[in-house]
Amino acid sequence: MALIPISLKVNGTRFERAVEPRRLLSDFLREDLDLKATHVGCEHGVCGACTVLVDGQAVRSCLSFAVQADGCELRTADGLARGGKLSALQQAFWEKHGLQCGFCTPGMLMVATELLERNARPTKAEIEEAISSNLCRCTGYYTIVESVQRAAELMQEGAK
Amino acid sequence: MKPAPFEYVRPGSLPEALDALARHGPAGRILAGGQSLVPMMNLRLVKPAVLIDINRVPGLADVRVDGGELVIGALARHAALLASETVAAHCPLMVEAYACVAHGPIRNRGTLGGNISHADPASEMPAVLAACDAKIGVRSAKGARTIPATEFFTGALSTALADGEMVTEIRIPTVKSGQGAAWREAANRQGDFAMAGVAALVTVAGGKCTHASVAVAGMERPGLRLPAVEKQLVGTTLDAAAIAAAAAMASEVVRPSGSYHADPIYKRDLAETLTARAVTAARDRAR
Repeated sequence: MALIPISLKVNGTRFERAVEPRRLLSDFLREDLDLKATHVGCEHGVCGACTVLVDGQAVRSCLSFAVQADGCELRTADGLARGGKLSALQQAFWEKHGLQCGFCTPGMLMVATELLERNARPTKAEIEEAISSNLCRCTGYYTIVESVQRAAELMQEGAK
Repeated sequence: MKPAPFEYVRPGSLPEALDALARHGPAGRILAGGQSLVPMMNLRLVKPAVLIDINRVPGLADVRVDGGELVIGALARHAALLASETVAAHCPLMVEAYACVAHGPIRNRGTLGGNISHADPASEMPAVLAACDAKIGVRSAKGARTIPATEFFTGALSTALADGEMVTEIRIPTVKSGQGAAWREAANRQGDFAMAGVAALVTVAGGKCTHASVAVAGMERPGLRLPAVEKQLVGTTLDAAAIAAAAAMASEVVRPSGSYHADPIYKRDLAETLTARAVTAARDRAR
């Protein structure tokens, strides 16, 4: 199958590659760009571990083809920390024990990023609704909700 | 798993998309949001030879009101429709049902046209569109036609679309005064596939029900209307006894197959309970 050239930005860096049409966006990020933060769980859209932001919107990277992201701006969990310093959201997950095994964490971080950009002070119910798309087998979700609440606080403080 | 190899085509206009569909025949599949098609490809349940990606076709995601109809482009995303003030004003039933459809990231990508073309019997929108007597606008390289939603869904995962045809728009009669509608659903968890769901739309005039539409999800086919139940409701005052009788009828007329979480007997019970709840809520909103 012929390769198709694509050009896209990931975490602010432009990449140009040629991809097979069937290349999933999740595999493109991990294998072709060597950005391993995005995790691959179920590969049929159920678990949410592979969630990334495409033009600001949370999407399942296992349900998109890399070729479809041509010209788009992507953000992944690889780009959250800056200069070795955790982002407010990551810091909150650290403080509140929002992860145990860490497999679901990149997806959780990206849905929480989308939520907090849309809604700086989400209610508990709004956080639960936002993360309901993603499975976690360790935490029971309580500490993830607390982490997102804490992140909202940290971001408010940082904005002052 | 990974999808089987395919050829990728990205038309820049609707005529180009229709030409590609005509050229590739049954080998070509439309790729819209991909939230049902790509999982099936990853699991290799389907192996389309050619994917025709319509995501960059302009003008295919518009939402507007035209005369007495809400007109939704096939490529309109679930998230956009759930948040749309136009949809909320003219088809609140759709918004209520959309709150049960999957989760944020899926709704960001999934489209109404793709949802109904996939035609999952558990899906909310086929029932909503059937209850509203919506019309499905479809096109091929040869021309356009309109299919009533009640005739569009022919069975589980099958529709009245012919080879070379694709859905381009959905036309829904706007809500009128005296009408009330409601969606009620039972699912294991919020956003999961429905075990059963019921859309009810009633018109009340002079204290009596003059029109009723009841459509169910999770039963034998998508977009299934229950005319026997509707007949039971019309002419009554929609009091508790009339609704209970109609709801009991719902459990008689559906022919669900079982799923892992709900056997046919349980689904019939759900059809009764959810019909009663949906019709009661629709009645209360009509007043």
